[in-house]
Amino acid sequence: MTARMKNKIEILDLSVRFGDAVALQGVTLNIAENEILSIIGPANSGKSTLLMAINRMIERVTNATVEGSVLLGGQDVAAIRDVQELRRRIGMVYAMPIPLPMSIRDNILFGPRLVRRLRKSASDDLVEQTLVASYLWDEVKDRLDSSAVKLSGGQQQRLCIARTLAVGPEVIMFDEPCSGLDPISTAKVEEAMKELKARHTLILVTNNTKQAARVGDRTAFLLMGKLIEVDDTNKIFTAPGDKRTEDYVTGKFG
Amino acid sequence: MRIPPSITQKIAKISLTLACASAVAALVFVIGFVLVGGLKHVTWAFLTEPILDMGRAGGILPAIVGTILMVFVAIGIAAPLGIASAIYLAEYTQEGKVTQTIRFGINCLAGVPSIIFGLFGFILFVVMLGFGWSIISGGLSLAAMVLPTIIRTAEEAMRAVPRNYRDVAASLGATRWQVVTRAVLPYALPGVLTGVILGIGRSIEETAVVIFTAGSAVQMPRSLFDSARTMSVHFYILAREGISNDNAYATAAVLICTILVINITAYTMMHRLMRGRRAA
Amino acid sequence: MDRFISKLLFIAACSSIAILALIALFIFKEGVPIIIRSGLGHFLFGRIWSPLEGQFGILPFIIGSLWVTAGALILGVPLGVACAVFLAEFAPARLAAVLKPAIELLAGIPSVVYGFLGVMWLAPIIRVHLGGPGLSILAASCVLAIMILPTIVGVSIDAIHAVPRSYKEGSLALGATEWQTAWRVILPAARSGILAGVILGMGRAVGETMAVIMISGNATQIPHSILDSVRTLTANIAIEMGYAVGDHREALFATGIVLFFFIMALNTVALRVARRRF
Repeated sequence: MTARMKNKIEILDLSVRFGDAVALQGVTLNIAENEILSIIGPANSGKSTLLMAINRMIERVTNATVEGSVLLGGQDVAAIRDVQELRRRIGMVYAMPIPLPMSIRDNILFGPRLVRRLRKSASDDLVEQTLVASYLWDEVKDRLDSSAVKLSGGQQQRLCIARTLAVGPEVIMFDEPCSGLDPISTAKVEEAMKELKARHTLILVTNNTKQAARVGDRTAFLLMGKLIEVDDTNKIFTAPGDKRTEDYVTGKFG
Repeated sequence: MRIPPSITQKIAKISLTLACASAVAALVFVIGFVLVGGLKHVTWAFLTEPILDMGRAGGILPAIVGTILMVFVAIGIAAPLGIASAIYLAEYTQEGKVTQTIRFGINCLAGVPSIIFGLFGFILFVVMLGFGWSIISGGLSLAAMVLPTIIRTAEEAMRAVPRNYRDVAASLGATRWQVVTRAVLPYALPGVLTGVILGIGRSIEETAVVIFTAGSAVQMPRSLFDSARTMSVHFYILAREGISNDNAYATAAVLICTILVINITAYTMMHRLMRGRRAA
Repeated sequence: MDRFISKLLFIAACSSIAILALIALFIFKEGVPIIIRSGLGHFLFGRIWSPLEGQFGILPFIIGSLWVTAGALILGVPLGVACAVFLAEFAPARLAAVLKPAIELLAGIPSVVYGFLGVMWLAPIIRVHLGGPGLSILAASCVLAIMILPTIVGVSIDAIHAVPRSYKEGSLALGATEWQTAWRVILPAARSGILAGVILGMGRAVGETMAVIMISGNATQIPHSILDSVRTLTANIAIEMGYAVGDHREALFATGIVLFFFIMALNTVALRVARRRF
């Protein structure tokens, strides 16, 4: 990646414990503006914990303690008084598609409606715009008021992306977004991600190394709560600097 | 000689079936007994006329109105309080010493016999606070009695809402309260309402509490500070004092029909909630 | 804002404990003086209840409550557990889905209706066929057995469902019949839950008032047979509360204290038992 790019997120010496169990240990990592950073690693390596620390969802876990800091655009996220604002700036798409049991339209407008009333025309625009961006518009434009639960898994996941986009985030985090999807749906989601890069910073947690290779500009490898290495995706997959990374990406464990 | 297992299996199956059949038979018998004896005396006039001659003549309108008003007061207080308690327990706190204590209190309150609520309501509301025997005293005492039912059902309903919904709402920038009102309560509503309906049912059935706190005036109540009787109390007095068997039966029939409607409604709502959850 | 809501909800959540505390406070305040004046021993074990002569011994009512409750349990527990086993293990799912709410409905029927039925139907049968006044321990026990059935069945079914499926499958795989499995594997494993249900049912029986007043006859002497008329603690309060004043009223509240302690003890035991696992 070019060094000219500004860092959107800077993670400095971040450690997270759940009770006595260490989940993350001294992770330092920068994420540049408008890049897709893939984070790979075996189960329980701390990938999801890292995401939760960035948007402070970790505060909803009682016994979690966080040390170190996360900067968003140079500002410490812990210092942002309104955690809701932070979460609107950093969107999140979960592993399983979780449509709320309401219409497609209401799902998308759920986030914006938390902060303001929307006029019909404005909300129609927002719905169209986000669905187009998540590559779902053509499939659902005639049934925006039908239940989101009736969509297929892949469509639901793209709806979740649209829903996240609707709150206007600067950063979008994907937590294994394709783990429950078939290859065709996965391709559509990946395509959407590449498009989103133009206006957002993306973090993609995945335990599918091929997906990381396809989508990520850079890739970080986490193992047992530690950041082993982070580099251009090509480098990670062709000439990793660490033996453990090589073992993982070549499928020796994981 | 040892009886072969296949025979004991048969015997056991038959006896268990009989046990269950007899329980259901008891239910059918109780309901049938009252309806057969009472429905023939239930007329439109019976439902809409005042109580005359202590219940020997006339209808039960004041008792119906008394029941409705008292249930209204009881639920008007117990439902908000109970649902708020449930929200606190299910959404606003983690299990610990505090919740254990609160839960212990709820469980104990649920076990307190109705007569004790009657004594309590009598001393606090009727005597000390000076409300006298009145709908308000009765309603407040009933509210205390049905509170645990409403809390438990509401909490259970909220816990049944998928954890994910809360995460999604929070990740989209919802405050804790918005998570509750927009991602939890709408989906827990049928369950919450079931608890409220069960509370209404409990209030209608109750006699001991009402007699000591609301008295048993036969006149039509004019305000919440008037004494009034509920249908249960009216029925109890008619039956116990042998005032009028026909009217006692008829009142019981009205009471049973009301209870049936309420319980069946509550059950179907709960059932629908469960089915909806399985589909989601 | 969110903090304010949180405080408000916390206060609401404390209301149950507050009510419980208020109940205890008022019952004790009204009832303790008379217990002190007449002596705890005299109050609890006095055989004579004669408010006009200032004699307040509640032993007959304690014994009355115990008899009636014991009778209800003897009749209701086997029936309730049998229903639970049938519904949880033997009945087809569809049948169980209809029968379970039907049995729950038994709890929804007003206790005065049960009492009425006892007076109109059960008591005459007992009087004619077994002798005695009819309104008796037996009549009250029969009616209470039906009334506590939903509690016992509901809690027992939950307890049976909580037994790991593998226990049952393991037993069946070894060639045991369904009944042998239920009797030797499932019931022993679910026993603490079932016991909790029985204790809760016991609490309901002790606390029941209106039905008992109507069918137990309410005589103030110590009963000698199950066909005797009897008065329970709850009935004693309810019957005399209407006209009691002064010492007499205090003695009724004192009766309430005894009842309160009894119920609290039962609930605490039930909670302990229910928490125990297998």
